[in-house]
Amino acid sequence: MNSAAFVVIAILTLAAALAAASLPKLIHAALSFAVAFIGIAAFFFLLGAEFVGLVQVFVYVGAVAVLIVFTILLTRRDVQDTGKPNRGGAIIAIAVFGGLLWAILKTSALSIAAPQIEALTVKRIGGVLMTDYVWPLQCVGLLLTAALIGALILVMEDRNEG
Amino acid sequence: MTPTLQLFLVVSATLFSIGLLAALSRRHAIFILIGIELMLAAANLNFIAFWRFGPQPQPPTGVMIAIFSIAIAAAEAVVGLAMVIAVYRHYRTTNVDQLDQLKG
Repeated sequence: MNSAAFVVIAILTLAAALAAASLPKLIHAALSFAVAFIGIAAFFFLLGAEFVGLVQVFVYVGAVAVLIVFTILLTRRDVQDTGKPNRGGAIIAIAVFGGLLWAILKTSALSIAAPQIEALTVKRIGGVLMTDYVWPLQCVGLLLTAALIGALILVMEDRNEG
Repeated sequence: MTPTLQLFLVVSATLFSIGLLAALSRRHAIFILIGIELMLAAANLNFIAFWRFGPQPQPPTGVMIAIFSIAIAAAEAVVGLAMVIAVYRHYRTTNVDQLDQLKG
């Protein structure tokens, strides 16, 4: 695993995530959010899960980020986050980060290098999806259908009133 | 310095805390959704990292969990954004500080 690639992708992803969390204008934050997810997809490629990386780009950058931009378009009145920053939220986030960091660095069993693995092919993922994971696959299909219908009902305007 | 598992987990923990910061300290509903999606992505990164660094040979369980997690997160983002639009239509605001009543 290439350490220079890891450092570059890590800096890109964390900078974009920090920008998405702290920029005042909503559209800038939405675009940094897309860049952060491209960075995370690059991490997936680095870790050998190329299919998940591509799914991440398609679903998050191609669908969720575009959806967020459309929602910003439709809720146009306050496109900026005004007001003083929330100190309590920052303290909780730093505390959670400190706790996680302590737990990770304390566990010595985690400082291992990457073993050699055979490449995970899409054929193998497809085979596993259709045999071991067929029930979760059907449930996710049902969930996506329900989410689609629910979202449509939520945004449909009432034409029958008055 | 080849990246060890600890380094990946540290990056994922940082991403999670940044998402938590966004979800807790913002007042616009869409910013909060962005923070939630960042937290979910950090958890996915954890799953894939543990799958990669685990003892070999192993079934692609971590990868499958990440795939399903991405699909579910997309469904939840869709419904959340639809709710933001519906609430905006009714109250003309997306500031969550002003959305403090369940009464319509």
